[in-house]
Amino acid sequence: MRARLAGWAFLVPLVAYLVGCYAYPLFTNVDLSIRGYTVRSFVHGGAPLVGFANYAGVFGDPTFRTALVNTVLFTLVSLFFQYTIGLAAALFFARGFRLSATLRALFLVPWLLPLIVSASTWAWLLNSESGLVNAALKVVGLGPVNWLTSPDWSLVSVTIANIWIGIPFNLVVLYSGLQNIPREVHEASALDGASGWQTFWHVTFPLLRPVSAITLLLGLVYTLKVFDVIWIMTKGGPSGSSTTLATWSYELGFGNMLPRFGPSAAVGNVLILIAVVAGLLYIRLQRRQELA
Amino acid sequence: MRTAVGVLLTALMLFPVYWMINVSLTPLSDMRKAPSLIPVHPTTEGYEQVLREQMPYLGTSLLVALGTVVLTLALAAPAAYSLAKLRPAGRRALGFVLLVAQMIPGIIMALGFYGVYVKLGVTNTVWGLVLADSTIAVPFAVLILTSFMASVPDEVLQAATIDGAGPWRSFVSVVLPASRNGVVTAALFSFLWAWSDFLFAATLDSGGRLQPLTLGIYRYIGNNNQEWNSIMATAVVASVPATVLIVVAQRYVAAGVTSGAVKD
Repeated sequence: MRARLAGWAFLVPLVAYLVGCYAYPLFTNVDLSIRGYTVRSFVHGGAPLVGFANYAGVFGDPTFRTALVNTVLFTLVSLFFQYTIGLAAALFFARGFRLSATLRALFLVPWLLPLIVSASTWAWLLNSESGLVNAALKVVGLGPVNWLTSPDWSLVSVTIANIWIGIPFNLVVLYSGLQNIPREVHEASALDGASGWQTFWHVTFPLLRPVSAITLLLGLVYTLKVFDVIWIMTKGGPSGSSTTLATWSYELGFGNMLPRFGPSAAVGNVLILIAVVAGLLYIRLQRRQELA
Repeated sequence: MRTAVGVLLTALMLFPVYWMINVSLTPLSDMRKAPSLIPVHPTTEGYEQVLREQMPYLGTSLLVALGTVVLTLALAAPAAYSLAKLRPAGRRALGFVLLVAQMIPGIIMALGFYGVYVKLGVTNTVWGLVLADSTIAVPFAVLILTSFMASVPDEVLQAATIDGAGPWRSFVSVVLPASRNGVVTAALFSFLWAWSDFLFAATLDSGGRLQPLTLGIYRYIGNNNQEWNSIMATAVVASVPATVLIVVAQRYVAAGVTSGAVKD
């Protein structure tokens, strides 16, 4: 009995914290989304209940379609390249060679840098007039591309930067997954006369499937919430061409002189719904693998 | 041969980082010319400007990051001890809540915190930013500390109990020292995340007297988008903690990344 009481006593600060710093802000967010706030009533209170009007407004806004499509494109393309490049790098490093541990550690750097650092570095690399990328294009005889200021390229540019940031995470997780595959499996496959590619495709890749699934789902959860990179590089522009649900929500609430907190919170709540569905899938998968 | 390819790939991967350093050393007069692969006329003018203008931001970032570490550990370590060793009823539900909490997009937390802080009149304060930043780290810290503390053998704790140690004594003098690798990992990541945070700073502290370095860089980009050597010099300075981590605490970093995703 005493131990049980102590067990709860040690949890009290955390539970209080979760209520105060998670439940309460999240509740505030829901409250914001169902009221017609103005700047004045935001500070002084007394905003009227408007039910689902903010949601209806958001769904009816043409930007919603753009933001949703962009979020899906940004997420899927990021995941595909982060995963394939990360896996290729993991396979490469899994062989082990001189300096491999050091180089693998250096690969982590992009993931650990503050996002504002990575984003502003990419913004300068992709700068239309003075960026290195356009200078390199000129050397090979191609015209300059307005990476960040053309509506055709802005989403591509932020996706490239985001892929670069996400490769290390995929590398580390997939690498540790590869380490857990017994060596004998590969040796047996080689003895059977399988080529390197056959071994990968019929042995390594299937054995890695649980880890791959976890990596991709976790990557999905992380990528859905990406905000910093896009906001710092393009602010979601030009004219909404690189807006995702996350940046749109921020733009509505904080991007203008005239904040629209209700719609901003409504967009945020749509995003959280998508993220939580992905998150629950992840948790289910992980539980199942723990049992297996 | 593999080493050579490996070095080449790593160089390719880290090229943007090199470019940041290169630009930070380039004089302003060369900035609009065709970019050169090495700093031909290296200058420290960017860094001098950082020293002149960014020191308060740097100090604030340090304060916020250290504050976040202390708060995160103070909340997470006792809870992890309870979850791992005292095993009260309801711990599975709590573990589930923590996993879900990690998945909530930051923008939603930021808006919610903004609403709460405006109501309480505590926007633009450093401790308010610390509290918000800690939400990035606390669920992760509890989960990783729980897994480290669970590996402390129960026999050791039983021996302590027989010697008359209560739960608090066992926690402080047995479990905590035995899981110091976990404590270091949790502390490193909370520091790094608070140091790197831009979203909470932009929403909750953009009018504050003390603002972190991420806002310093953001303002640089907004105000004088000509002086990219200063911007990149600030970025280099902001990257120092991450670099130090890679050099001195590599194994903790790898442990932190994988523990969230893969069970050994």
